[in-house]
Amino acid sequence: MKRPERLWLALAAAALVVLPWYGLEDTVDAVLALRPEAMPALGQAAFGGCFWLLPLLLAPALAGWGVARGRPRLLVAGGVIGIAWLALEGLAIIHRGWGWDFLSVLGPAPTQPALGWGALLFALSCAMLVAIGLARLGRCRGDVFVVAAILLTGLSILLFIGLPLLSVLASAVRDDAGHTDVSQFLHKLTDGSIWGFGCLHGGGACGSAWNSLAMALLVGVTSTALGLAFALVAVRTRVRMKSLLGLLSILPVITPPFVIGLALIILFGHAGMATVFLADHFDIPRSRWIYGLPGIAIAQTLAFTPIAYLVMAGVLQAVSPSMEEAAQTLRAGPWRTFRTVTWPLIRPGIANAFLIGFIESMADFGNPLMLGGNYTVLSTDIFFAVVGATHDQGRAAVLAIVLLVFTLSAFMAQRLWQEGRSFTSVSGKGDAGLHPPLPGGLKALCAAAVLPWIVLTVVVYGIILGGGFVVDFGRDNSLTLKYFLTAFSIEHGVGGWFLSGSAWSSFITTLELALVAMPFTAGLGLLTAWLLARQDFAGKGLFEFGTMMSFAIPGTVIGIAYILAFNVPPLELTGTGIILVLAFVFRNMPVGIRAGLASLSQLDRSLDEASLTLGARSFRTVRLVVLPIIRPAVITAMVYAFVRAVTAVSAVIFLTTAQYQLATVYIVGRADVGEDGMALVYSAALIVVMVAALGIIVLLVGRQRIGRRGLAAGNMGVGVA
Amino acid sequence: MVALAIQGVRKRFADSLPILDGLDLTVADGEFFTLLGPSGCGKTTLLRCIAGFLQPEAGTVAVDGQRIDALSAHRRDIGMVFQDYAIFPHLTVAENVAFGLKARHLDRDEIARRVPEALRTVRLEALADRMPAALSGGQQQRVGLARAMVIRPKLLLMDEPLSNLDAKLRVDMRDDIRDIQRRLGITTIYVTHDQEEAMAVSDRICVMNAGRIEQVATPFELYHRPATRFVAHFVGTMNFLPGHIANGLLTVGPASCRVDSAATGAVELAIRPEEVVLGQSAAPALRLPATLRKVTFLGREIHCVLDSEAGKLLHQARTSSPDLLGCEGRAVEAALPLAHLALFGADGSRVDADFAA
Repeated sequence: MKRPERLWLALAAAALVVLPWYGLEDTVDAVLALRPEAMPALGQAAFGGCFWLLPLLLAPALAGWGVARGRPRLLVAGGVIGIAWLALEGLAIIHRGWGWDFLSVLGPAPTQPALGWGALLFALSCAMLVAIGLARLGRCRGDVFVVAAILLTGLSILLFIGLPLLSVLASAVRDDAGHTDVSQFLHKLTDGSIWGFGCLHGGGACGSAWNSLAMALLVGVTSTALGLAFALVAVRTRVRMKSLLGLLSILPVITPPFVIGLALIILFGHAGMATVFLADHFDIPRSRWIYGLPGIAIAQTLAFTPIAYLVMAGVLQAVSPSMEEAAQTLRAGPWRTFRTVTWPLIRPGIANAFLIGFIESMADFGNPLMLGGNYTVLSTDIFFAVVGATHDQGRAAVLAIVLLVFTLSAFMAQRLWQEGRSFTSVSGKGDAGLHPPLPGGLKALCAAAVLPWIVLTVVVYGIILGGGFVVDFGRDNSLTLKYFLTAFSIEHGVGGWFLSGSAWSSFITTLELALVAMPFTAGLGLLTAWLLARQDFAGKGLFEFGTMMSFAIPGTVIGIAYILAFNVPPLELTGTGIILVLAFVFRNMPVGIRAGLASLSQLDRSLDEASLTLGARSFRTVRLVVLPIIRPAVITAMVYAFVRAVTAVSAVIFLTTAQYQLATVYIVGRADVGEDGMALVYSAALIVVMVAALGIIVLLVGRQRIGRRGLAAGNMGVGVA
Repeated sequence: MVALAIQGVRKRFADSLPILDGLDLTVADGEFFTLLGPSGCGKTTLLRCIAGFLQPEAGTVAVDGQRIDALSAHRRDIGMVFQDYAIFPHLTVAENVAFGLKARHLDRDEIARRVPEALRTVRLEALADRMPAALSGGQQQRVGLARAMVIRPKLLLMDEPLSNLDAKLRVDMRDDIRDIQRRLGITTIYVTHDQEEAMAVSDRICVMNAGRIEQVATPFELYHRPATRFVAHFVGTMNFLPGHIANGLLTVGPASCRVDSAATGAVELAIRPEEVVLGQSAAPALRLPATLRKVTFLGREIHCVLDSEAGKLLHQARTSSPDLLGCEGRAVEAALPLAHLALFGADGSRVDADFAA
């Protein structure tokens, strides 16, 4: 039983003595070139003058003593001291001197570059030593796996969600020189560009906070109403649209968030298809009405109605038919039944769908970027504050805080609402019976709402998929492959075949990074779900709160937070592929958590307990019992993690570099300079890739049902864009 | 020899009444020991404390003289059979049974020998390669039993293993469980809320109520000498009549008899329905005039509801006794033989008493 602590002790020592302490990129080159930062910590301390690294040796020394004497308390102490000192010296001594002003009393500042692989392994080993020590002290029944899982997920969430958000707060209250300046913070926070009412009393625009709020309220209402109409038609009428239903539920997953906006411009823009047609035949003057609130609202309604539909369809199906049958036997007609029984039962679901639509709209970045015009919203304002001419990180941070407050409040409201009033009338027993028909008037109303929407959706997706294969949509509709060839051509040259298309580089980078992030995203999410669903530990409430927070953080906020947190030592990740992978992992982790929670809630706890009484440790139980049974959820989480990484734009648009260009960012760039054909052909290619990825789920999961507990993948479509 | 010893086990869930309120129990080697009680009495909580899924706040649990309460569930060497079977749906019957042996890293030959042997014990050897989804509830529970036994646990725990089965199968399975347990001699702790099931299988029964032990006794003793009013009420059917003791005289309604007891004041008199005699009886008894209110014919037995001046009385008799159907409304005399009377005090505990006419 002493093996794990010996292993991690050895690794902690190796991290100090063997691995290069500084620098994460080009490590091999650095070592081969014998560059000074490639020396291990011990070397840095001995020859590089980095004497402050010496106390790190205390960690393996204490832990080693603990192992030798069989005293787990020393293991914990060693690990904690190691991590604490690493954090302390890392924050105190940075690349340009003292990290904190008050340290200057100590004299001239030493400097050190960003931490590297050695530091990473050292921190990991220390955390593991703490976990093993705590387990030996009897925490979590002495189960090393459980303690380590709690500690590592907790620390990584703290480091990659908590720390970045703290950096946003910190940089919001600092001026450009890095000094704390609260008055400037208050000045920025109350700025007219955020909270102004210019649009109400003539002249000028309203603040972006009000714009965001108005947009989110509008989209929340329209997408919920349309989603409800569609759910009523699909679930409660004879029109059985199984295939349409399936298609609808995957649309929000496979559509990169900005392409709907792009398609709307091609359709209704100043030179758009419909605009030109109307101007030519009906003398309706061309205008730019699509840019601004109307355009964003239409695009977001198109994008988020499927999500509202999924929520409402679920709620409608959960209403037990026998309730409505009971109402009918009591002599209530269809309309009265709907008004007095069905409607009150689905009302909580409607509120839920509205709040989800509200959050999605607030967090959306792609569509406002495409269609915003002069209508500024928070998510795009953050972007322009960073990349625009003003380059004001403090302002970006303030905007991020405002946006975060909005989405978090809506998210809390949604959760409270969901907990407080779930009227789900489904009991364990299968309900026989049929839902009564919809009242005639309501049916007509729903159909009237749904039909134009279907037409618009078909047209929009037609443009997205086909637009890249005609010369100029609406004006010159002759077929062409030139955009496709520019983007994806493969040529035979001197050195054999090579990928000459302009899109290949970003396409391959995207797939690579998404594939790297995939197992980590799914693994971290599922592990977190397992801890939440199956383990009790001190601080679980806080742990749950932290993970749930990640559900509601808009991508733009993650992006700006990562820039602010990881731009400078001790953790310098900006410009690397690692930061993109990390952004994918922690942004999409909720996908894994949802999939895991959904299937674990259907997996009876007695199966775990049976395995434990048979003598299997918790790790063995997870490996041999839990994982095989929730395999569908594992596959689903993996594929969704991949798909969402490929379609991500808001979180990564700040983080890409020339070396790590991503598909979505590239497409946004093409659309920005007016190369719509390229943008569309590339989007279509992405959609094809993602449909193929979803096909894998159907292939591996769809036909597989284990035992009497059919495991549904859960409501995966619902989440913040 | 003591196989399981529980001392002062206490457990409460967040801000509620204690679920277990300082329990002491010992179970002998090879014994079939049942925890019986209404739902919420703490019997399942106690079982889960023994299994290691719950940590008691105080007290010790020892198996074969060694404390196990600090061990995690997977190191306790305890077999468990679950109410909902908990058969791993992704493993075959044989793989389910082999699971615990593999977790113990037994060698391949040993596993190959013991799995069919266990399946033979529960008469499932023909279904070794089936998936659990293809088994009936009774068969799944047999797999659960084989899986728990095959690891040769020091203790076998069963948490209402029959409650998800239909009535006929439940009777067959409980006989099977009893036979297998006798044959293998595994110390077994069995949880149920069904008093008939408990009587049928157990060597000894522990009746629990509100987190406390009411009585631990053999089924026979439990039925004939219940230690508390709760046990008398919960196990079998019992008549309770209010009575009063003063000056060595017990008064029940219009009847009275001499009694030698330490108790005075209000008491409750208890008698089993099958001991109540209608009409003439020679034995010394309390005689109550009563009206025959309702008669139910059940084939083997006949049940009567009587209204006496002391209160409502149930009477059960073999159908060979005189035909009472159609006699509803008639006045009869109910005799309560003194030899079968029990007294319970105001606190619900049994009062020792000798009766004389």
